[in-house]
Amino acid sequence: MIQRECGVLKTTYEADMGLYPLPIARWTVAAVAVLFFLVIPLTLHEYFLSVANLVWIAIIGALGLNILVGYTGQVSIGHGAFMSVGAYTAANLANRLGSPWPVNLLAGGLMAALIGAIVGIPSLRIKGLYLAIATLAGQLIIEWTINHVTFISGGVQASIEVARPRLGPLVLSSQREMYYFLLVFVVLAIVGTMNLMRTRVGRAFIAIRDHDIAAEIIGINIFRYKLLAFAISSFYAGVTGVLYTYFLGIANYEQFQIGVSIDYLAMIIIGGLGSVLGSIFGAIFVTLLPIVIRYSMEAFGGIFFAPQTVLNLIPNLRLMMFGALIIFFLIVEPEGLNRLWRNIRSYFRVWPFAY
Amino acid sequence: MRGILAIATALVLAAGSLLTAAPSHAQSKGEVVIGVQCDRTGPTQIVGTVLCPGFHDYIALVNSKGGVEGRQIKALEIDHEYKVPPAVESYERHKKDGAVTMAVYGTPQIYALAAKLTEDRIPGTSPGFGSAAAADGIRYPYIFPIAATYWSQGAAAVDFVKKQLGGSLKGKKIAFIFYDNPAGREPIEVLEDIAAREGFQLKTFAVPPPGVEMGAQVLDIAQRYKADFVIGHLFGGAPSVSIKEFKRVGYPLKKFVSFVWGAGEANIEGAGGFAVAEGYYVMQFAGVGPDYPVLNEIREMYKKQGKPAPKEMASTVFYNRGVLIAALHVEAIRNALKAKPDGKITGEDAKKGFEKISNFTLGGLVPPLKITPNDHEGGGLVQIWQVKDGKFVKVTDWYAAYQDVVAKHIKEAGAKK
Repeated sequence: MIQRECGVLKTTYEADMGLYPLPIARWTVAAVAVLFFLVIPLTLHEYFLSVANLVWIAIIGALGLNILVGYTGQVSIGHGAFMSVGAYTAANLANRLGSPWPVNLLAGGLMAALIGAIVGIPSLRIKGLYLAIATLAGQLIIEWTINHVTFISGGVQASIEVARPRLGPLVLSSQREMYYFLLVFVVLAIVGTMNLMRTRVGRAFIAIRDHDIAAEIIGINIFRYKLLAFAISSFYAGVTGVLYTYFLGIANYEQFQIGVSIDYLAMIIIGGLGSVLGSIFGAIFVTLLPIVIRYSMEAFGGIFFAPQTVLNLIPNLRLMMFGALIIFFLIVEPEGLNRLWRNIRSYFRVWPFAY
Repeated sequence: MRGILAIATALVLAAGSLLTAAPSHAQSKGEVVIGVQCDRTGPTQIVGTVLCPGFHDYIALVNSKGGVEGRQIKALEIDHEYKVPPAVESYERHKKDGAVTMAVYGTPQIYALAAKLTEDRIPGTSPGFGSAAAADGIRYPYIFPIAATYWSQGAAAVDFVKKQLGGSLKGKKIAFIFYDNPAGREPIEVLEDIAAREGFQLKTFAVPPPGVEMGAQVLDIAQRYKADFVIGHLFGGAPSVSIKEFKRVGYPLKKFVSFVWGAGEANIEGAGGFAVAEGYYVMQFAGVGPDYPVLNEIREMYKKQGKPAPKEMASTVFYNRGVLIAALHVEAIRNALKAKPDGKITGEDAKKGFEKISNFTLGGLVPPLKITPNDHEGGGLVQIWQVKDGKFVKVTDWYAAYQDVVAKHIKEAGAKK
């Protein structure tokens, strides 16, 4: 994140391959960890933690989608449906077999990975917008199935209540407990994605994105890696769905409809395709921006309008501002917030000597 | 330059949010806080843009008359666009601001908040939507449907059809056209039970979301199935489409009764106006029309302030529902304050307040509900109105039907878990 690289002399391969090669980067990560694991949860009100929890869930989902769209170059509009696969798998396991949450979490992820790989099969023949439509079909088929097959959905209401996750004697239910619960998985997801991209698999994904024929010629099995990308991405989505289910205490099919898939696509496009930090920025931006806009409207709106009018104006203006700001930030930096951040960073790297 | 602009924008937003993020002192000023969720911009905005002003107008009326037991009421509203994450955020914010009751809006939202409401012991209302099983106050102690659920609506619809068809349904054919989502399918099990008892034939016709394409289903009902009566359960823009389609195939609208979310002025206007929908029956859980004492008082209140009555009042169906929801919240708070002379009420007190609501009718706008610790629905009362000569005309008074069937389903749903 924040780092300066003067005087770095690497003498071993291990040092060269380090995730954070610079001491200051390691210190930054440590400071960020202290901030998020100690300072924020222990000082802020539960309300802010609930917002953070929504962000955490979004980050895991966005990371998963970025593996597929950003790193492998395969467009998907089925992310919300893969989340619902994970959610319903976990909810059914929890209620029918009474299995503990770690089992359900893994099973939800794996089931989503399997379904994701199946939905990804068309990617072997088609690309771009055509693939987008194929995954859209996947989204609609999964939605329909969950909506109509009561064996999966647990009844016509298509919602299954799930008990709160337990950690030994502790039942995780308050926002603060949920904060820690979710943060652990956010860290795992971030570290997992960063490392994935340094492996043979990750590099194969990037090669496929950059030029799939060239990738095939240098010996990458496109068939295997494209499906693997769908599987890994859907695994993340499934885990997101399970976490969301435990966060709310219920799996409900209306929480995973097509709008959710679009929201996640928006996150990674605004944040920056093909970057971990971009997924995080995008998830934060899309989740927090409406809240921040509403707060500032409440602060400034009362100056200009009557209270009843403000109530009607806020939601409408918020939508407009949300759209306008997305356009604004994308015009400022089409490659997303991650690139914007890097520009700011490189500006200050040489500051005050601009040239 | 553009970078600086971006940063400046971010700073302004952050400053604004810091200004209001400072803790609110509503509780300490002696105000009682209600958390209101609303959808003024999402898929059900034709309801939200009218219902929410109704809610606020009633609260303003109560406050202008000195509040409840001397305490002012503060209704904090957050719009969630019918999405779940903003609903979670708004719930937590209302909780932080000390809300003792929550007016939740939307079926997925009440599902998502059910666990939290129970854990935090704050009563949340889901009038006319949400899970019908939530009428069971023992299983869902902090969820209050406070209006007829889809199960009660289905039962009441069949009873109405029975009367329209001359007192017996034996051998009759009834069509149920519904929006193909969980909320749309919910009443089917109750309808099937009643069909078996009354000996009529029931056929269901699903309309896939977003519910704008139903030509084939309507043609099937009118010309192949030749239904004796149609019960409609559609949302959003779908009711308007259904009116148009039935009109187009020549099916008489006086053989059609709609559930509560196809029953607003906006639904009729969307179909081309009251003249087109002549004869269409609708079910209501709040009184319709401008002639209720409480609405006159609201108009008076605006007159005293020198303002015209808000235009939302013209859309009486959803506006009156907003008034009804607000009034029931206020009554719950009133009961809670009466029970606690020191005035420090919590969500638990408000829950008990809801459970004491009985025969509170607001001059006929509210049905004579009787909410008890066991029954959070309050009886499942509805009225049937009909489109006639450019307006809604009352056809029946408050009634509920086949309550034993509905009770059986509530019990079964409770036993499942």
